[in-house]
Amino acid sequence: MARDTLTGSRIRERRLILGLRQAELAREAGISASYLNLIEHNRRRIGGKLLVDIAGVLGVEPSMLSEGAEAALISTLREAAADSGVPVAELDRVDEFAGRFPGWAEVLATGHRRIATLERTVETLSDRLTHDPNLAASVHEVLSTAAAIRSTASILAETGELEAEWLDRFHKNLNEDSLRLAESSRELVNFLDEGDTGEDRRGMPQEEAEAFFQENGFHFPALEEAVAAPEDLLQEAPLLVSDAARSLALAALEQYQADARALPLKDLGQALASEGIAPVSLARRFGCTLPQVLRRLAALPEEMLGQEAGMVICDASGTLLFRKPVTGFAMPRFGASCPLWPLYTALVHPNVPVRRNVVQHGRNAAAFDCMAVAWAQEIPDFGQDPMYRAVMLILPGGKDAEDPQPVGASCRICPRQGCAARREPSILKEEF
Amino acid sequence: MRLRTGEAGGQRREEILLMGRHVVLIEDEPNITEAIRFLLTRDGWSVDAHTDGATAVEVIQDADPDLVILDLMLPGKSGLEIVRELRAQEDMQALPVLMLTARGQMRDREMAEKAGVTRFMTKPFSNAEVLTAVRDLHAQASQG
Repeated sequence: MARDTLTGSRIRERRLILGLRQAELAREAGISASYLNLIEHNRRRIGGKLLVDIAGVLGVEPSMLSEGAEAALISTLREAAADSGVPVAELDRVDEFAGRFPGWAEVLATGHRRIATLERTVETLSDRLTHDPNLAASVHEVLSTAAAIRSTASILAETGELEAEWLDRFHKNLNEDSLRLAESSRELVNFLDEGDTGEDRRGMPQEEAEAFFQENGFHFPALEEAVAAPEDLLQEAPLLVSDAARSLALAALEQYQADARALPLKDLGQALASEGIAPVSLARRFGCTLPQVLRRLAALPEEMLGQEAGMVICDASGTLLFRKPVTGFAMPRFGASCPLWPLYTALVHPNVPVRRNVVQHGRNAAAFDCMAVAWAQEIPDFGQDPMYRAVMLILPGGKDAEDPQPVGASCRICPRQGCAARREPSILKEEF
Repeated sequence: MRLRTGEAGGQRREEILLMGRHVVLIEDEPNITEAIRFLLTRDGWSVDAHTDGATAVEVIQDADPDLVILDLMLPGKSGLEIVRELRAQEDMQALPVLMLTARGQMRDREMAEKAGVTRFMTKPFSNAEVLTAVRDLHAQASQG
């Protein structure tokens, strides 16, 4: 049945959904019930004012009842049928299906669009793994070095008598290659786990949202000056591809806006100039909470704060909800982070400020001054359990790094042995 | 050893002819080069090693070897490009080429085969695999 002859079916469908009787709809639309009956059975064509009137009674746009409203839906259903790879016997009745069962048709079409989106994501990630030049170079380096080690070790093990000169040379090569393998495999793992450039983090909603914040330097003058709302900033944000990412970004921007109102930029700048980075003192001065101060400090331009600052926020499960990277402090891209972070110490002592100097294991181990606190996301009702979140401000340098506490990024890429907090073996070896 | 006419590299070529089987190795990883050189030298081969992909075709033409061992990812020019250029020349059609690569996917193998690679070996390989492959390829080329 042709699409343009199905307006009547759609009117009937909509009427039944609303629980209206034929006579009621006919009376409201100013026509007889028998004429409406003919229309609903597609035996009278309908258009113009009558269509507008009936659509008005049914509470839908006239186009929803006419041909055009379903064109995109039918097109998607046809695509779904074609992509399914199996013969669809009733393909010639797709118009009828969409007209008679618009809800189910939409479910099918939405499912098909979601599959297409997920397939594109998988293709993008696969393509990245296959063609990313950095990744390809790292893998090539690791495998070439492993090949050199294997060949050299095999010569040493299997060659009966080797001249002293060759022996020395191969021992030297083996030593060099093993060091190089250690370095290149560590770099490869870091690339996969900690990359923090905007471009390569896209693909997951949280990564898209972080890429958006990264592009804006984690600072939004329009919110500081109250000349725009968080929703306005999402209007021109090409990095936010998915709805999920836009939702995450909006929530983070709304928190930013609330924090900016509690600690206005100008006043905060003056307070910092006189008191320095003293979060508790700032909280008292502005009459706001410590988590607000920590989040606010991380959102300030570097020139105003006087130094670089990173930040992580987690929920009660320990999952990182937000990351602002800081040079030298590795934050895992996927999976759980190091349980030794002061962030988690704060999480198990809600509302108690925690401050620790920490150092992450690595070649360029540097100390960081970490300040953390956990807070209840909203005031719980009597008998209700509070939902905690924790925030940690990460400042490079530490306080002269007095006996800093060693921490990692995540167990998988942490080489520390004998760590009581380890939950899974590392793929790296201690110190190489 | 195959003999060709009209090739360049006169005196060097004569020296090689006197030495026996000759292989050109193009590999930018020096310690792989050293290990393979050691291995093949002990097996009676003369090994001519180079690291640059850009000059590889010229080097191979001049040396006129019995066999070429080639890395896929080289500075200057990829191993596949080198093989394609070699195969475009009439007197290089039958030259055995063993390609060493870190990329071992089916698609990479197909591309290598299409370009004219005789055998494909993924890193990390064992010395025995390299020796076996070199001997097999040489034997096949000699019979062919």
